[in-house]
Amino acid sequence: MGRRVLITGLGSFWGGRVAQALEADPSVDVIVGLDTREPTVELLRTEYVRTDEGYSILSRIVRATQVDTIVHTFLVVDSTHAPSRQVHETNVIGTMNLFAAASQPESRVTDLVVKSSTLVYGSTYRDPVWFSEDTPRSSSPRHRIERSLIEVEAYVRDYAIDNPQVAVTTLRFSNVLGSDIVTPISRALGLPLVPAVFGFDPRLQFVHEDDVVRAIMFVLDRRLGGTYNVAGDGLLPWSEVAAICGKRLLPFPPFGRRLYAPALARLGVDLPPELVELLTYGRGADNRRLKQAGFEYKTTSAGAVRSFAEAARLRGSLGRADRAPYRYERDVEGFFRHSPAVVRD
Amino acid sequence: MPRSQTPSSSRRKARTTRDPRKLVAVPSAEQADRAAESGHPAAEQAARPRNGDGGGSEPADRDTGEANKSSKARTSDAPAAPAAPALDDPRMSDVDEWGRSEHLRELLRKIYDPIYDHWFRVEWEGFDKIPTEGGALMVANHAGAIPVDAPSIMHGIERELGRPVYGLADQIFKRVPVVNLGWSRLGGVQAHPDNAYRLLREQHQLVMVFPEGTKGPGKTYAERYQLRRFGRGGFVQIAMRSGVPIIPMAVVGSEETMPTLFTLPMLARALRVPYFPVTANMLLFGPLGLVVPFPAKIRIRVLDPVRFDVPPDQPRYSRSRVMDASEQIRQTIQDAVHDMLRTRRGVWSG
Repeated sequence: MGRRVLITGLGSFWGGRVAQALEADPSVDVIVGLDTREPTVELLRTEYVRTDEGYSILSRIVRATQVDTIVHTFLVVDSTHAPSRQVHETNVIGTMNLFAAASQPESRVTDLVVKSSTLVYGSTYRDPVWFSEDTPRSSSPRHRIERSLIEVEAYVRDYAIDNPQVAVTTLRFSNVLGSDIVTPISRALGLPLVPAVFGFDPRLQFVHEDDVVRAIMFVLDRRLGGTYNVAGDGLLPWSEVAAICGKRLLPFPPFGRRLYAPALARLGVDLPPELVELLTYGRGADNRRLKQAGFEYKTTSAGAVRSFAEAARLRGSLGRADRAPYRYERDVEGFFRHSPAVVRD
Repeated sequence: MPRSQTPSSSRRKARTTRDPRKLVAVPSAEQADRAAESGHPAAEQAARPRNGDGGGSEPADRDTGEANKSSKARTSDAPAAPAAPALDDPRMSDVDEWGRSEHLRELLRKIYDPIYDHWFRVEWEGFDKIPTEGGALMVANHAGAIPVDAPSIMHGIERELGRPVYGLADQIFKRVPVVNLGWSRLGGVQAHPDNAYRLLREQHQLVMVFPEGTKGPGKTYAERYQLRRFGRGGFVQIAMRSGVPIIPMAVVGSEETMPTLFTLPMLARALRVPYFPVTANMLLFGPLGLVVPFPAKIRIRVLDPVRFDVPPDQPRYSRSRVMDASEQIRQTIQDAVHDMLRTRRGVWSG
């Protein structure tokens, strides 16, 4: 019998990408995706179930579908477009319900992958240049997105201790860039002048979106268990990131962010506090543990930036996205999946 | 102690390559092998990267080609190392993972060269005790309101040996706008044990640290050449963990380049800096005194390297051993400073 996989956050960038990758794997029998939103990518055999963000129906789904693998990609790591309350509901309450469902006696879950972020390390002037998976934070978390991710990881740890038969893997992703994904950093790099903090030129690390999906598939395949940083090779200064994108920097004062941030947000320059900290002190995550497990990156930090820059140029030249956006039509999808009129092999 | 002359300019010409890292890569491999061959289980384990259970690893280095070379060398005892494909790395600047830019460093060396030669007339003793390959932790006394010992030591070694020196510095260097940028581009690194370990153990670099911290430069001229407490012995622990020798250095002349008459603690607190000095230079030159040091002759004596016969890569070391070694090194440097002051003919002529 093949694998039965449950993906949370199917409508998010990651959920959709991972579902597509899983569909290509013949050893996967069933893919069920949960989200509050409809899928944004075309899926062939993934079943989409709409839920509320707290995942209250999750235990029923886990029982009914008998999934053995859960990929938890539905964690908000971008605080700009989610109100504080929603971040908490999605990240903390959603994860709590997920683990409650996965640890019920009827559960057949043997593999669980959580997509976390290197945001859990924070970014301060006391930090080492490289964070390994075991390096503690230098200061207590100050931003709600960091706090919620740390709470999520605490649930993950508890679950892993309580369920030693389950391979629980936490992947901490660095700043993701690529041709499609939209993050606070990609939006900042899309502005005519790239915001920077005056007097600072921190070294940042990036990971390509394809490497992220490959990393998730890799840990599912190997059943690794444990915590891993996922980040491209090399650190590069923010000024160089802007240069690769062909942009100039616009420095903002290093203090008084509370005074000018709301005005900037109104102008469409949304700088969440954790991004300002990152643009002040930078962050590096040691990626060697995952490499030692056998994972090979396809792109370095600078390569991810270039890939983003090239896609942005293409979009700029065309004046639109190079592919028509996908729209999920429930009736159409239902027809293709379930109608006896469709010939399946 | 026999006094060797200033390293000759012929040695300077002997430098073959502009990028000092290239000089380091090959010998460092030999060293790792030697450590592995010594048969010490800890040494063998330490030849691999710290957070590794063996297997092929590649440090997240800036230059992928070079990373391949050095990581292959470092993990040569791990046969399972897969041949990592060279990834396309479209870098546009030469800023390395520590923030150091070899171009800017080169530029600074050009600017600082005449100051080093003609203003401070820096003179070394025992320069050959500085290793030409492999990691080492250099430790010196720190003095003068804005100390010139750090740039002098870094400049001298980089010029003569053609290998980079990384200076570990207080948090303030990372916190202050503009300052942090200049400092990190020119070879400064946040003084974090993990940073020091990676530089020394994995990249086999020369690292410089002033264990007195800000207490050294923060003292007044009345307390000149009296070494402060050497922190909590963290530098000894770093050297033990990294398995590198400590190279103590005694510096004379730095106290007189910028003598602090008194400090303003209230102002320092308000500015969130460790100390705010009022120096003789300021009284003479006004605000320019902040950047113009007196031309005191700088003498640097390199003392015998201190090696520890403890296995590297331990999570912690005996506190008493660490503190004993720390105090011993402090005393050695203090004695050397006194000895150099005894034989110094004048502050300006040295």
